Amino acid sequence: MPKYNINVNGVSKSVDVAEDTPLLWVLRDHLDLVGTKYGCGIAQCGACTVHIGGAAVRSCSLPIASVGDKAITTIEGLSEDGSHPVQQAWKEVDVPQCGYCQAGQIMTASALLDKNPSPSSDEIKTAMHGNICRCAAYTRIHKAVEVAASKLG
Amino acid sequence: MSTSSITFSRRSFIRTSSLASGGLLIGFNLFTACKPKVQPPVDISKLNFNDFNAFIKIADNGAVTIFSPNPEIGQGVKTAMPMLIAEELDVAWNNVYVQQGILDTENYTRQLAGGSQSIRLGWEPLRQTGATARQMLVNAAAARWGVDPSECSTSEGVITNAKGETLGYGDVVKEAATVEVPEGVTLKAPKDFKIIGTDAKNVDIDKIITGKPLYGLDYKAEGMVYASVLRPPAFGKILESYDDTDAKAMPGVLDVIKIGEKINKLTEEGKGNWTVNMGQSDKVVVIAKSTWEALKAKEAIKAKWVDGTPLESTQMQDKKLLDLLDGKELKTMRKDGDIKKAFAQADKILERTYESPFLPHNCMEPMNFFANITADKIHLVGPVQTPEFAATAVADMLGRDVDQVHLEMTRMGGGFGRRLYGDFVYEVAEIADAIKKPVKLVFSREDDMNAGTYRPAIKYRIKAAVKDGEVTAYQLKEAAVNGNMYGLIPNFFPAGCIENYQVDVANYKSNITTGAWRAPYTNFLAFAEQSFFDELAETMGVDRIQLRLDLLQKAKGSTDERMEYSPERMENVIKTAVEKSGWGKQPDGTYQGFAAYYCHNSHVAEVANVELENGLPVVKKVTCVVDCGIVVNPLGAINQIEGGVIDGVGHAMYGELTFNEGKPQSENYDTYRLIRMREVPKVETHLIQNELAPTGLGEPTLPPAGAAVANALKAATGNRFTQQPFTKFPELMKVPAKPILG
Repeated sequence: MPKYNINVNGVSKSVDVAEDTPLLWVLRDHLDLVGTKYGCGIAQCGACTVHIGGAAVRSCSLPIASVGDKAITTIEGLSEDGSHPVQQAWKEVDVPQCGYCQAGQIMTASALLDKNPSPSSDEIKTAMHGNICRCAAYTRIHKAVEVAASKLG
Repeated sequence: MSTSSITFSRRSFIRTSSLASGGLLIGFNLFTACKPKVQPPVDISKLNFNDFNAFIKIADNGAVTIFSPNPEIGQGVKTAMPMLIAEELDVAWNNVYVQQGILDTENYTRQLAGGSQSIRLGWEPLRQTGATARQMLVNAAAARWGVDPSECSTSEGVITNAKGETLGYGDVVKEAATVEVPEGVTLKAPKDFKIIGTDAKNVDIDKIITGKPLYGLDYKAEGMVYASVLRPPAFGKILESYDDTDAKAMPGVLDVIKIGEKINKLTEEGKGNWTVNMGQSDKVVVIAKSTWEALKAKEAIKAKWVDGTPLESTQMQDKKLLDLLDGKELKTMRKDGDIKKAFAQADKILERTYESPFLPHNCMEPMNFFANITADKIHLVGPVQTPEFAATAVADMLGRDVDQVHLEMTRMGGGFGRRLYGDFVYEVAEIADAIKKPVKLVFSREDDMNAGTYRPAIKYRIKAAVKDGEVTAYQLKEAAVNGNMYGLIPNFFPAGCIENYQVDVANYKSNITTGAWRAPYTNFLAFAEQSFFDELAETMGVDRIQLRLDLLQKAKGSTDERMEYSPERMENVIKTAVEKSGWGKQPDGTYQGFAAYYCHNSHVAEVANVELENGLPVVKKVTCVVDCGIVVNPLGAINQIEGGVIDGVGHAMYGELTFNEGKPQSENYDTYRLIRMREVPKVETHLIQNELAPTGLGEPTLPPAGAAVANALKAATGNRFTQQPFTKFPELMKVPAKPILG
């Protein structure tokens, strides 16, 4: 099986997996980074969102062979201790119900705020539209993005 | 109405022990049917949850750990149930550490998540537990001081005597462990609550936002392998043969096996609490070193399926249900007066039929479970709403003693009723028993959506008689799949408000597995009835709110023991919703719809605001008024309320699973639509303040939402939606051009 060297949360990791293995399963099964969640496997729900080179990417549909040496950030690496403004906003607003989709929501939101530190309500809705929350904690997700933006601003 | 009283034998209710490691351990049984068991262990590391249902641990330093017994599916009980204990224990909430308790298969009566009942049923026993523990600590401190316990008071884990001397709980835990368990402790009056009624954040919030392992899918064990199951492609198909040559040659694949013998026997014997997509078919299982390798190799199995039982299609189901409504096989669930006579004498009769599709649960965390089965232990770990059923069924299935089952519950990525059914636990148990290795069964999203215990399609036909401006008769008929509404539902509003009232039901048995889905039955019944009342008001030419209030007047003062709801509380939520939503006072271009409903012991009224954007109606806001008694954790409660409303709007608008020759026609989110951020209305919540015992909250705000939207859509478009999902009828969404006045 081919060997891939990838850069996850600032650490270089080496994995032996088939080339079509999605990054999601490399993170979860091979690197024990289970914060990134499996939801649909076809880039439709956003639960598996990570940052690659700063952009929000659906890791369930990204084969390991196409990752290269670009820097990957997962929820575990967004901050060392949960102190990222988006994580803190999620806590302040008490967003989660079941909580399963929230890592993906946080990764999508933090990528949005990196590019657009003060998004309008409409821009928040558009950016977060790809992330499903089955518990429908959407009003709090929206509010938490606004709170995070105010913390950053 | 007064708070319900739960009686229990206090001696069996609480046991205490001092810990070798220091501190006090209090074990308590939660509900009436619990039997006393052995003493709690002296070493916390040897904690055996088979002895007690739940524990409070107070360390020498005063730190308090509360083990929460019920499964957490996102409904917030892991936060709210310990709050009840902490309140009466009189400790500071930020000093409490909450830990998930595991299954006790022997003593426990209700260690499950379902029916919005955890807080309602835990309200008295959990507070009694905290109060008893507090009194023991006070008695120990009083003994040390040589004063009467009545001279002592407590606050935030500190005991103070009349002289102003203080002792922390941690200072007296050793003595407290030896004092007699007091009986007849007094509970706080609601005005003295310090924790109940305050905002407490989700106890797992730090782990959730940092991606720590919490869920079943995150669980790992030494030497664990992964399993993916190939199930019949359609309900009614059974496995004839399979070729696993290609699959076995794929990387990471350890084995391919067949299961079914044990689970099918369980089903035949009627044990377990549902098996999915069986048709008594065997299934093929790939065992691999990783999830991806297991899921991928499953696709390479060449299986041959043959028809076992009839393959159903949506059109055929629709016809069967309509035939049931027309037919003579209806069973009467409640009959008041004589509807036949009232219909014969009516001035006007209104009859409408309301139709709903099948719905999958779509928990974001797909079904999964871990099992490791050895000669003396059955170790099960994962997300299940009914751990006791699962453990018993697995023991039965494997011919083992249930005492050998050690079941750990993980936090669950949603439940919505799907995890009430233990099919995935039985599957992993049969797999683990066969391969003799620790194994995790993982459903793909496609597996999850196509091997469901769906909300069944249901059709309601409602008929009302009007005579001299009064509603004189009401007949509700239900046609459903595999079962009918539960016993109490026929006693919900408008039962008791109309002299001649009848509820008739019928169902047909399908091979498509169906089950509870958030607010079972009422999730669509509320839509049908609350849409019907709007139509009835239009037919009668009366105000739609006033019609409901007038009906409620007739139920006031009722002595009928079947009465399930409170007309006064229902009237109050309706009037509050009218006031808070600005009912009838909206600017041009805002169209409102109203619905009110009682279920899960709570009273709810909702007003949906619809506006037109580019000529199409959009749900912009829902005002939701809830009377669920005392609200234990408002921060968590409002999250549940908002989620229930949006879930209700989303499924009414978009949710539908159809079948063709037994095969579900959606298998993932590219072809199954769930509500997303851009479609979400603002939700404005108003909680009725009172001092009545808490009632359900995880479910009751969902049922009225669909009707509030349908009634608003009628106001906006002039069209009446009688079938869900609404988006299936785009022609009804069009707003007719306004006539040019001349």
